[in-house]
Amino acid sequence: MAQSLAKEFTKGLWAEIPPFRLVLGLCPTLAVTKSVENGIGMGVATTFVLVFANLLVSLLRNVIPSKVRIACYVVIIATFVTIVELVMQAYTYELFLKLGIFIPLIVVNCIVLGRAEAFASKNGPVLSIADGLGIGIGFTLSLAALGAVREIIGAGTITIWGGTPVFEMVNIFPGYNPFAFMVEAPGAFIALGLMLAAMNLIGSK
Amino acid sequence: MEYFEIFIAGIFINNILLAQFLGNCPFLGTSKKMETAVGMAMAVIFVLVMAGMITWIVDTYLLKALDVEYLRTVSFILVIASLVQFVEMFLKKSIPALYAGLGIFLPLITTNCAVMGACLLNISKEYSFLSALVSSFSYAVGFGLALVLFAGLRERINLARVPKPLQDTSIGLITAGMIALTFMSFKGMV
Repeated sequence: MAQSLAKEFTKGLWAEIPPFRLVLGLCPTLAVTKSVENGIGMGVATTFVLVFANLLVSLLRNVIPSKVRIACYVVIIATFVTIVELVMQAYTYELFLKLGIFIPLIVVNCIVLGRAEAFASKNGPVLSIADGLGIGIGFTLSLAALGAVREIIGAGTITIWGGTPVFEMVNIFPGYNPFAFMVEAPGAFIALGLMLAAMNLIGSK
Repeated sequence: MEYFEIFIAGIFINNILLAQFLGNCPFLGTSKKMETAVGMAMAVIFVLVMAGMITWIVDTYLLKALDVEYLRTVSFILVIASLVQFVEMFLKKSIPALYAGLGIFLPLITTNCAVMGACLLNISKEYSFLSALVSSFSYAVGFGLALVLFAGLRERINLARVPKPLQDTSIGLITAGMIALTFMSFKGMV
């Protein structure tokens, strides 16, 4: 039990890390990773929804008739997304404004529905939580990494939760000019494509 | 004139795939062949226009009237899911040729964030009914345009010799970035 629990948890961190290995959930990945901060915020919100949706789907897996299961999953997911929306509106209003419509759009994030359908509907609640947590943390790490690449190249600094930048490119390369292309739309596609290629290169050895 | 501006902006400047990043999963998933790309584009145009109208009506006359706007996410996804189901049954009965053409793309649209995203954008911009209709249509056309362009490029790339780590999704994303770059040149047109 403990072994399979660890296996389900760790597979989300490398073997099936979204969005690189599982090419799902690209929209939030591309849209919100203008900075590390946004990436982490989005990742944490998605993780919350993933874990609780997985738990509830797994508990109800014998009750839900298979013909209407997708509709049921969608309602379960939408409920948790609404909770996240209200909580973020109350406590992290600035981040809520930055992420904008991508918070309600977690409902249609294929990762969440994909895990409910592919994993939670077939496994027990404890394993499902481990799966949701693993995939969620993997997703958060990917978003943070992509956000870091884009923010470092595009803005030349990394700023987390206001205040002074934690990292400045100018300290390493004097006279560094920010390459604003990376924080624009095309930069997102190209950065993700190159990171995917790098992961393929590492994985194939 | 206002509608014309919304129309052009929706297709080129705020292109839903390349500028707003909505609907990227089907963008990469169904663009390997031209046929599937055209099928997906048609299905999205059909559903997005209907969903745009219905969600606007639901939002204005139900959610805002009853002051329960926090139910927006849940009600929109239900509207879209049932709309897709309804369209599927209707087409199967009355226009079987079109149904066969759209095939499996119809059910997939439920989880296409382009549809839900466009509906939410219409609401957040506080459009009137007609503007919402025009903008939904233009977003859908923009989606179709980008998808068909991308599928054409991908068919060519399949014939080229791509280095191994870059193959498939990776080169696809980089190509998409290049298309997004060309679409950026429309900025400031309206």
